[in-house]
Amino acid sequence: MTETLLDANELVLNMGPQHPSTHGVLRVVLKLDGERVTGTDCVIGYLHRGVEKIGEHRTYAMFAPYVDRMDYLAAVSNGLGYCLAVEKLLNVTAPPRAQAVRVILAELNRIASHLFWLGTHALDIGAMTPLFYTLREREEVLKIFENYCGARITTHAFRIGGLYYELYDGFEAQVLAFCEMFERRVDEYETMLTENRIWVDRLVGVGILTAQDCKELGVTGPMIRASGLRWDLRKAQPYSGYEQYDFEIPTRTNGDTYDRYMVRIAEMRQSVRIVRQAVQSIPEGPQMAKVPKVIKPPAGEVYVSVEAPKGELGYFLVSDGTLNPYRVRVRPPSFVNLQALNRMARGALIADVVAIIGTIDIVLGEVDR
Amino acid sequence: MKLLRKILLGDLWDGLKLTFRTQAPKNIYTEQYPAERPRVAERFRGAPRLNINPTNGETLCISCDLCAIVCPEKLIKVTSVRNPETRRKDLVKFTYDLSRCMFCGLCEDACPVDALELTQDFELAGYSREGAIWDRQMLEEGPHPQRFR
Repeated sequence: MTETLLDANELVLNMGPQHPSTHGVLRVVLKLDGERVTGTDCVIGYLHRGVEKIGEHRTYAMFAPYVDRMDYLAAVSNGLGYCLAVEKLLNVTAPPRAQAVRVILAELNRIASHLFWLGTHALDIGAMTPLFYTLREREEVLKIFENYCGARITTHAFRIGGLYYELYDGFEAQVLAFCEMFERRVDEYETMLTENRIWVDRLVGVGILTAQDCKELGVTGPMIRASGLRWDLRKAQPYSGYEQYDFEIPTRTNGDTYDRYMVRIAEMRQSVRIVRQAVQSIPEGPQMAKVPKVIKPPAGEVYVSVEAPKGELGYFLVSDGTLNPYRVRVRPPSFVNLQALNRMARGALIADVVAIIGTIDIVLGEVDR
Repeated sequence: MKLLRKILLGDLWDGLKLTFRTQAPKNIYTEQYPAERPRVAERFRGAPRLNINPTNGETLCISCDLCAIVCPEKLIKVTSVRNPETRRKDLVKFTYDLSRCMFCGLCEDACPVDALELTQDFELAGYSREGAIWDRQMLEEGPHPQRFR
């Protein structure tokens, strides 16, 4: 796009990498016709740390802390996907107790990730107040993580084969208290935003993505559900015991930015529902499957994907029978969803590009890896 | 009714009502950090510590090197000599490069005698890169914070 000749009234504008609403170090080269965007070009890689290559030089257990650093807003989901992939390679399953705790923490992490998205997205649009409220509630989730595994963001909560940390005293009570408090708080966010005329005017009809577009671009997660497709890996190919829990997949039909907001709000309510069910029936028993001390899986390859807060997070591991993986490939949801930006932003105004980047819910650590 | 709500800015008043409801002093959530110490969790993974036997002051470390093997960043270096009398390994040097540590806790998990431990100490800022490489004495005694006024 950059090498094409420009008309006299056309303009190329760099947005980022230090723009506050690109949520990190994303650089978007905008081609403008006056105030209208005629094309976008994403320049990524400013946060590239070579996580996939690092994986080839670490043993399976050693690589687990690194995956937390990809999507650092949803580190628990990253760890869950990686642990499930190695477990599949080793042909073991985590015991039911470990599965239940994993579901609880992953869903709490989904809430935390959506809360951070909601706060920053609203801040981009111009509503500053929700940021403080959402981060206040996110803090409660992070306290649960800190009590459970000792870290708030990059948790390293799970180990291959199950859990390392025992549940602490009062875990169930703290999680239930959070659920109790949180449902009312979601109503508060909706009071501030859902009917607010500025919010509605800025979001409705902006960045429309049809279901067909989503399928073509490989977009997953809340974005595809806002376009009307009922696709959620927790239902489509349940992992870690998700089939036991009763929950719905919220969908909307228009596929615009407002619908993606509504889907994520509804998803937070569903996550609370899953957490409630899971925490009231944590089975007793061991929390670690029989995994050898030195993990040396047989040669082979495996692909495991989980429903991370941003979409389908997949791990492709190739083992050649040695201590280190031969190849680690991550399918990051943010990276794949980001390529829908061009289709959504074309024809929009510059101010809408901010809203559209926000609605994709990208984390640059995951885009660049 | 809907029109009336629109004219009277009903949606904005709802939001403002909520904003002012949370202005009460009992709803203040900010931690006054330097004035009030935050209480970190019991399992918090912070500054490393090499535990010593409190009765005789000897180190608990048996120089098994497991922490150095398991560390993903290879930042722990353990040096030991074989004691000819007790047939055991005696710890000589133990360095821990805190600048590269990501506090994953794998070394702590691997330690068979609970000698290496990640403590609740979280103030790790320093003035030099070399200061982030902790030797055995520093790991056993803990950091000595300097105060500048």
